[in-house]
Amino acid sequence: MALLNKADWHTPAPFWQNGPAPGAFYHFPGGSTHVDTGGFQRSQAPITTGTSVVGIQFKDGVLIAADILGSYGSLARFRNLERVMKVNDNIILGAGGDYADYQCLKSNIERKILEEECLDDGLSLKPKALHCWLTRVMYNRRSHFDPFWNNFIIGGLEGDKVFLGTVDKLGTAYSDPVIATGYGAYMATPILRKAYEENKDMTKDQAIELLYKVMQVLFYRDARSFPKYQLGIITREGGVEIQGPLTLDSYWGPAII
Amino acid sequence: MFRNQYDSDVTVWSPQGRLHQVEYAMEAVKLGSATVGLKNKTHAVLIALKRASSELSAHQKKIFPIDKHMGISISGLTADARMLSRYMRTECLNYKYSHDDLLPVSRLLASLGNKLQTCTQRYDRRPYGVGLLIAGYDDQGPHIYQTCPSSNYFDCKAMAIGARSQSARTYLEKHLNDLLTCNLDELIKHGLRALRDTLPNEVDLSVKNVSIAVVGKGTNFKIFDEDAISVYLSQIEDDKRSKLAEPDVEQDSKPPQPPPSDEGPQEPQVTVAMDTD
Amino acid sequence: MALLSENSGRSLPDYETQAAKMKSFSPYADNGGSVIALAGDDFCVIAADTRLSTGFSIYTREQQKLFPLSSKTILGCSGCWCDTLTLTRLLTARMQMYEHEHQKEMPTLAVAQMLSTMLYYKRFFPYYVSNILGGLDEDGKGCVYSYDPIGHCEVTKYRAGGSAGALLQPLLDNQIGYKNQEGVEPVALTQEKAVAIIKDVFTSAAERDIYTGDSINIKIITKDGVQDSTFELRKD
Repeated sequence: MALLNKADWHTPAPFWQNGPAPGAFYHFPGGSTHVDTGGFQRSQAPITTGTSVVGIQFKDGVLIAADILGSYGSLARFRNLERVMKVNDNIILGAGGDYADYQCLKSNIERKILEEECLDDGLSLKPKALHCWLTRVMYNRRSHFDPFWNNFIIGGLEGDKVFLGTVDKLGTAYSDPVIATGYGAYMATPILRKAYEENKDMTKDQAIELLYKVMQVLFYRDARSFPKYQLGIITREGGVEIQGPLTLDSYWGPAII
Repeated sequence: MFRNQYDSDVTVWSPQGRLHQVEYAMEAVKLGSATVGLKNKTHAVLIALKRASSELSAHQKKIFPIDKHMGISISGLTADARMLSRYMRTECLNYKYSHDDLLPVSRLLASLGNKLQTCTQRYDRRPYGVGLLIAGYDDQGPHIYQTCPSSNYFDCKAMAIGARSQSARTYLEKHLNDLLTCNLDELIKHGLRALRDTLPNEVDLSVKNVSIAVVGKGTNFKIFDEDAISVYLSQIEDDKRSKLAEPDVEQDSKPPQPPPSDEGPQEPQVTVAMDTD
Repeated sequence: MALLSENSGRSLPDYETQAAKMKSFSPYADNGGSVIALAGDDFCVIAADTRLSTGFSIYTREQQKLFPLSSKTILGCSGCWCDTLTLTRLLTARMQMYEHEHQKEMPTLAVAQMLSTMLYYKRFFPYYVSNILGGLDEDGKGCVYSYDPIGHCEVTKYRAGGSAGALLQPLLDNQIGYKNQEGVEPVALTQEKAVAIIKDVFTSAAERDIYTGDSINIKIITKDGVQDSTFELRKD
């Protein structure tokens, strides 16, 4: 037999001899990256990027917020890039990082949802299932050294449970009531955690107000941010709503000398 | 050897619009021993009659677990059933691997149906000679599905397949209204009584020849051990059988009748090449 | 430490910031975490902290790092979290296949061997995970298996691993293994003592290791089942 194929390192062992491997019957998008072809360019860095995404759970739902700027390095290139999306009636998703990679995955997710709607069997994708699926996709790509350069935050409702989780470009995934990516991890998380610990049963309005404040803080300090943002809201009563672009107030008086 | 000139291949139609090879495969299901599936509002139950192919052999397994929320009971060619159960297990594992959730029963059946169907449309394949009863529990509640070698599958309230299973279906039809509202113990007993109706008078159910499996709300798919089975058997011991006279087995096990205008050499019996369970 | 070495040879180290630099892609991350497993005569205790972190930020304070694989086997993982997720996902699938094929639960010894094989299968692109497997063997005795990322496997009675492994292990050597003590008669480990020692050593480790903290999850495996408890650590 030939020596261990290079592609074998990334694929799990088959279920039985000469049988399929876990995921082999399952088509993950982007899974067919050719490792052997010499002239293949892998993504080494993101190009057009979105900055932080923040998400928080409240009493009966989830909020996800992200501004609408697409940066090209330090250039504020695109000023109306929407990166919070409705997945289905119980999932919303926010994305940071490379916008092209996000668009690619977005179309894959939309196709997945469409295929499910076509089955019309009364079942709809759950946030936990999408979270796991995205984790597998991201991990598969990082294992081919060709990552999707994104941070995702997934929010949703599963029965009476509220779900908030995240996946990064390596496939590192976890769920927590409070999540912020990028610079938000340093600047938004402390504010969000404090507010969440003081009041775990926030109302929707309180949570919206909190995220407004957090987006404001990020706008003041993050050089790749923008004073307009989108807000994804999912609640038990109201379903999914994507608001925005909402405008942030800011006061730069002391900065102008 | 051939019953008519139009059954030489699965891909050959008879002028009456029938696929004889597929119909012969349907007969294989009726050669296996009977199995019953039924459900109430929270649970689905499979009950099967196990056969020992000879005095020297043990009773052969009829019920196979697929995943935590699903299992199958088979009638027909055991070897074919093994391939199908392996396929179903792999599908469930792959879904669990990629979605961290249990595969909904209806989704698995749709893909299983497609797999079965390809065998009825290609000259280099033969249909699977086995019928399955699938019991599963998912977000939409308990399910009983039946599949056939013809690749049809049905969502059932209750169903029985296999040798002399018409009597079991008669029992289930008679008690259909009770099934949905009764509790799990009653449900199992209904299933056992239905299965007992398929037996000839001189044979009775025993811990050796009966297999029971349950799945439902808060219960993973579980095949009962002999102790648990004997409890239920003792509870139905005193109940009378539906009909003491021989049930109308004739109608049940009758092979498909040759169409009158089909010509060619005829033989009254389907020749069976393999042992079935 | 990393800052120093990166700046060596530069004339103006003070002005260099990490933010402006473009980093090349690395498929690994260090997400920290520590695991301890102790084996007794008829039990096994396994514990892990619940902090998931990267660099100087904490992802979450309540990440479960113990994975119950069967009623008698629990795996504790720390290191690269994305590899941990994949490895455990694969393990549970393989365990279910074993159960279907053999009509019985996979015994701890078999899990231990399979884990080693699965790790070595990725010898040249390893799962960057420090694994510790605790459980009961087929005689009901407690056992601990520890691994390196490429599948070296060792059976022991006590083991610490992960980011604070080097801080925890010497304490266990002394307290559980009676190493470097004179005139002390070793006594069999009890559940109470095992849990008490785990709490003490984790408290100490959380003082020194920034990747260990928040709380610990302790699972005691006995023939009657698994007992679960938590213990708070410092959260800074």
